[in-house]
Amino acid sequence: MPLPTGVILGILADNLSRRGSVLPLSAAATTRWAKGLDLPRGGATVLYTGHMYQLIPTIEAMAGRMAALENSPLTKWFGLGRIANRFVNLSFFLGLLASRSRQRDYDRMLRSIAGLLRKAGVPFGYLYGDEMYSGALVYDEGMDETFGRHARKVAEVFRRHGVREVITVDPHTTNMLREVYPKFVPGFDVRVRSYLEVLAERAPAVARPASGELVIHDSCVYARYEKIVDPPRALLRRAGVTVREPALAGAATHCCGGPIEALFPAEAHRISTNRIGQLREAGSRIATMCPICLVNLRKAAAGTAEVADLAEVLAAAYGGEGEGEREDSKRQGRGT
Amino acid sequence: MRMSTRLAAEAKRAPGFDAQACMSCGVCTAVCPMGYEVLPRSLFRMVLLGLEEGVREHLPKIYSCLLCRMCEANCPAGVRIAENVRSLRTLVNRREFKLT
Ligand code: SF4
Ligand code: SF4
Repeated sequence: MPLPTGVILGILADNLSRRGSVLPLSAAATTRWAKGLDLPRGGATVLYTGHMYQLIPTIEAMAGRMAALENSPLTKWFGLGRIANRFVNLSFFLGLLASRSRQRDYDRMLRSIAGLLRKAGVPFGYLYGDEMYSGALVYDEGMDETFGRHARKVAEVFRRHGVREVITVDPHTTNMLREVYPKFVPGFDVRVRSYLEVLAERAPAVARPASGELVIHDSCVYARYEKIVDPPRALLRRAGVTVREPALAGAATHCCGGPIEALFPAEAHRISTNRIGQLREAGSRIATMCPICLVNLRKAAAGTAEVADLAEVLAAAYGGEGEGEREDSKRQGRGT
Repeated sequence: MRMSTRLAAEAKRAPGFDAQACMSCGVCTAVCPMGYEVLPRSLFRMVLLGLEEGVREHLPKIYSCLLCRMCEANCPAGVRIAENVRSLRTLVNRREFKLT
């Protein structure tokens, strides 16, 4: 039997309503990346992770198990799973399956983004445990009432902290906050910009010029929903990278398959395999700008190509690798 | 096949649904990465004609759409295809899964 759509959607909606996220993680897990960075709490401008990078190690652990269940007779027990999940946060147990080294990888990507913004002299705070998931998946699956209630909770957190501007780190959260929240939250007027847009406007000096070629994979949401195509390219070129474009790039980009991973893992893998094939025709070093694209394309590449998050590529050239950057600064006696 | 004027009427009333503008050229299906015969053009036709059983038979296709907008970028009629698919999900969630 295929995975039961209604039950899985029900679990996602229950989790968002009761626990504030489709896959609730502990505050320790969502804020661990910021440890030691001394980011100010709150403020008019905040870096808003929306938990997407932090969720990936758990999603990865879960995806393997879901793929094994697809078309298995065990799918008939999912209904019971939804009932149990109302009382016990089953995601907590899934979180325990997440690989520690993967968690460190994704935390490092967020530290790179924070480091780059600091390098560029952009002032920002962080909401720590008050930050919430945007609700993107529940919106995409069409559960608008559940999504709307959640969006209003997030907007209330912004209001309480006096947030006027957010800097986002992934395309899905960017699109939710910029285009969708204003339709669900009366008077929502928080300014929303991706870190790529912010950095393209005031890029830091290049610390260690990069060399070589890199194939760029545009996220559908950045490229077609948000029209963010030039900023990542401008930042890479400025860093010294030769940008290679796959046949389908920019506004014509091809999806990574990630959006259907929760319901149709085998189909998601078919799409990501097609995409990695297109990217590899342009080169074997690939950069993504969305954590969902990253995890899907890495899995599809299966070691045949090097797939990295753009934030890490940029941090290597511009400097600002989170904690590492701060340690360097301390050693060299210059503050950040 | 049973027809349901209610399904068609509900879909047409949904705020994000504008598939009535579709001229059935087939470009969307040709460029769709999923490569399913019914996604999205035929699905929209079935909904607009109220072919409820056909829609039910293809429910997984409604949830398989990546919302990637590759189709939309190429649609000559400017149909907001991804938002239409999302509207259909809202409709199905309510009618079939009792989810809102
Ligand atoms: S591309 Fe647009 S007009 Fe053509 S069939 Fe698809 S939705 Fe209809
Ligand atoms: S938005 Fe859906 S129907 Fe359109 S191209 Fe993407 S997967 Fe196909």
